[in-house]
Amino acid sequence: MKIAIIDYKAGNIKSVEAALQRLGCQTVLSRNSAEIQSADKVVFPGVGNAGAAMQALKAFGLDKVIPTLKQPVLGICLGMQLMCKYSEEEDTQGLGIFDVSVEKFVVKSGEKIPHMGWNDIYKLEKPLFDGLESGSYMYFVHSYKVPVFGFTAAICNYITDFSAAIHKDNFYGTQFHPEKSGTYGLRILENFIKL
Amino acid sequence: MLAKRIIACLDVKDGQTVKGVSFENLRYAGDPVELGRAYSQQGIDELVYLDITATNEGRKQIYSLVESVATNLNIPFTIGGGISSVEDAENLLIHGADKISVNSAAVKNPQLVSDLAKKFGKQFVVVAIDAKTVDGLWKVHTHGGKRPTDIELFAWAKQMEDRGAGEILFTSMEHDGHQTGFACKEIAKMSQMLSIPVVASGGAGAMSHFKDVLTEGKADAALAAGVFHFGQIAVPELKKYLANEGVAVRI
Repeated sequence: MKIAIIDYKAGNIKSVEAALQRLGCQTVLSRNSAEIQSADKVVFPGVGNAGAAMQALKAFGLDKVIPTLKQPVLGICLGMQLMCKYSEEEDTQGLGIFDVSVEKFVVKSGEKIPHMGWNDIYKLEKPLFDGLESGSYMYFVHSYKVPVFGFTAAICNYITDFSAAIHKDNFYGTQFHPEKSGTYGLRILENFIKL
Repeated sequence: MLAKRIIACLDVKDGQTVKGVSFENLRYAGDPVELGRAYSQQGIDELVYLDITATNEGRKQIYSLVESVATNLNIPFTIGGGISSVEDAENLLIHGADKISVNSAAVKNPQLVSDLAKKFGKQFVVVAIDAKTVDGLWKVHTHGGKRPTDIELFAWAKQMEDRGAGEILFTSMEHDGHQTGFACKEIAKMSQMLSIPVVASGGAGAMSHFKDVLTEGKADAALAAGVFHFGQIAVPELKKYLANEGVAVRI
């Protein structure tokens, strides 16, 4: 199993790389279209800010490649948000795979932003959450969120309900970091590998 | 619900954990990764590795430590100690750090915090603050608490938030090591004043201290070292206790 991890200088990829390798995958860090297109699966990571990340994707021509991928793609955190059509973060146009806008959290009564730490998730959908129970805790760190919409695959509640995960066709996304979410997180990566 | 985090802090020197640590039936000869793994298996939510290495030569070992932690553990961790430039932070990021913490360097050059947040995002930047009262006022101290400054604690915490800190790790030097409880009043004041998470540190001696600081102290997370390392408080029991007391924790 060969997994391409999209390399566009967007944060920490060591842990996700190591987790996939531990699960028996061969990983390659790449920004080369042909190499990404020929991988069995693609992981689209990302931490940092949407505007700069989108610019980097464009600079490498990856904004045209990612939406046309046919194999299973997993966007993590900012990677998931960039698969959406628009982000309020720096007024950024995303890849448009999911027809939904990424919104800033609106604080109601002194809640902290970023949403940082372990939060339980529910309404878990297969195949990504196969074997996981509603109420499992995952590690989140983000200031913007994808609302609940037609392609939501898991829900998290912090200030309001939002998408903890999304899924449409071959595209999957998790707002949380499965590679930082202990054994449950590893199970999600395992489920993705099995797709 | 977002769980309150329980964090263990490990001091590292020349790539090895400093204090002798013993869990029941298990002994670790100073391997920070094995120790981190043991905590992770016990249900700790996050780890802080604090590099207290004094020499530049020893410092370089921190990169292999960070890489090893990132590769072997699957919970988030922060690395702190001696980080004084964007370049230092970038090297740690490349090697797999989830967050870095700055302390004395931020006091010396507050712009560093702005630069770090701009380059890596605020979620990567923890500002650690050591403070105690001087003539009745809470004053920031640097260099591991050895050097007093004239900077007022709460104004400093606010400035750090404004400059882009994603989290504040506040250690009350008055409480640290005494095991008589956290500085709940000050932590509550800081937490209510700021819109970013506050991690409370210094003073843990009993399970009730964690409950106090996570409820009336309004801390988003509580950090301890000695009580965990020397087996005074076991993480699974602590989590169970907190859950019974109505504190949202990850079990």
